[in-house]
Amino acid sequence: MNAPHHDPDYNFAYLDEQTKRMIRRAILKGIAVPGYQVPFASREMPMPYGWGTGGVQVTAACLVPEDRLKVIDQGADDTTNAVSIRRFFQRTAGVEATEKTTEASVIQTRHRIPETPLTEGQILVYQVPIPEPLRFLEPRESETRRMHALADYGLMHVKLYEDIARHGAIATSYAYPVEVEGRYVMDPSPIPKFDNPKLGGNPAIQLFGAGREQRIYALPPYTAVRSLDFEDYPFEPSKANHDCDLCGASGSYLDEVITDDQGSRMFVCSDTDYCETRRNAGHRGRLSPEEAR
Amino acid sequence: MSTHLTGGFTDAPTQSARAFRTVLEALARPGQIGTLAGATPPAPLSPAAGALLLTLADQTTPVYLAPLHDTAEIRGWITFHTGAPFVTPEEAVFALGHWAELPLSRLSAGTAEYPDRAASVIVETDALAPANARLTGPGIATQTTARLPETAFFQSNRSLFPLGLDFYFTCGDQVLGLPRSTRVEAL
Repeated sequence: MNAPHHDPDYNFAYLDEQTKRMIRRAILKGIAVPGYQVPFASREMPMPYGWGTGGVQVTAACLVPEDRLKVIDQGADDTTNAVSIRRFFQRTAGVEATEKTTEASVIQTRHRIPETPLTEGQILVYQVPIPEPLRFLEPRESETRRMHALADYGLMHVKLYEDIARHGAIATSYAYPVEVEGRYVMDPSPIPKFDNPKLGGNPAIQLFGAGREQRIYALPPYTAVRSLDFEDYPFEPSKANHDCDLCGASGSYLDEVITDDQGSRMFVCSDTDYCETRRNAGHRGRLSPEEAR
Repeated sequence: MSTHLTGGFTDAPTQSARAFRTVLEALARPGQIGTLAGATPPAPLSPAAGALLLTLADQTTPVYLAPLHDTAEIRGWITFHTGAPFVTPEEAVFALGHWAELPLSRLSAGTAEYPDRAASVIVETDALAPANARLTGPGIATQTTARLPETAFFQSNRSLFPLGLDFYFTCGDQVLGLPRSTRVEAL
């Protein structure tokens, strides 16, 4: 096989073997206790905290030379963060890169779940800024740890209730908290709540890495995940009430783009691979160029 | 040459990466059997158990060996290739042996605040088939089956959740994972 080789100045996938073993043990404990945040000794990475150092370490511990890696940032393959992480692993692990969700074996993501359904054999790695769903309600780690130990999540329900009292609806629109297998309340990372229904029952392995906060957690395939809500205020995934202006998709999560200073705007799929695949298949939206129609 | 110097990974970074992916898939999909190759440890340690230790054990992970596996050759091999210290069951991060010999009640099941501090148990078995137990839970779409040494222990282990022991059953170069989250019934 003529697989591209990694830069010999680095160990395979950048991290040293002892670090990878430590991360791998944390990932396995995360799989064994879905939704529980496993502490790990996060390393300095050659990128700043906030750029996905947790996700990068999890990806480095999972990659094999045969992998095809896809990296997305808010659904897009072509943003600075996605491009630099992809290049990092092309150089240090010698893996092939792809932009196609269906061709990728490992997908590292910042704040989106791809629109195309994932399959068995795929791993989705999330970059997580604040892994603790209770952190903005209770700043002390010693207290939040005890609350998780006792499954004492009343504070989170009070917060959601206060949303309803103040705004008439649960106003949380991203990083919407979920309950995993009836036990741990988990922060799904800042994905839009539109993506929450894809967390549960997913055939792929989902891994979450928070580098600065030194936590790893996981959802095994087909795990039961429930977005927190109330009987009279059920959870509602939401998106902009438009179709994609480029591919016409009505069921995908949309970005709003301001196109001039006269108030014109357009809505486009945030998942660039999904949008492009649809356009290549002949789908057209409101603002598609004339010659393409 | 002494046997404990040989039988490790020849290309540790890529072989342990592939082995980890097999272990990850095995634990994330209970009941699914994976192949763990690349290690040739001294008997009676199986190649799969050897590869598991090479992939996950090091100086920071104390190992407990049950009597039949507590031989000078196996101790020497594990020490040379991983550096893991040998300890009593209470202190073990990894415990290894045959089902009947493992002191399961003495192994750590973790604490309420740190359930990740539970031991992982590598159980050497003679066969991973035919199935005698039905499995449900995370990692399993509807239900699946596996061959387990018994069912009662795994039911009481599940009742401790989120505490509990996590298991890897090894046979030759095959591995089957059973995390604490899995519900087990006799077939």
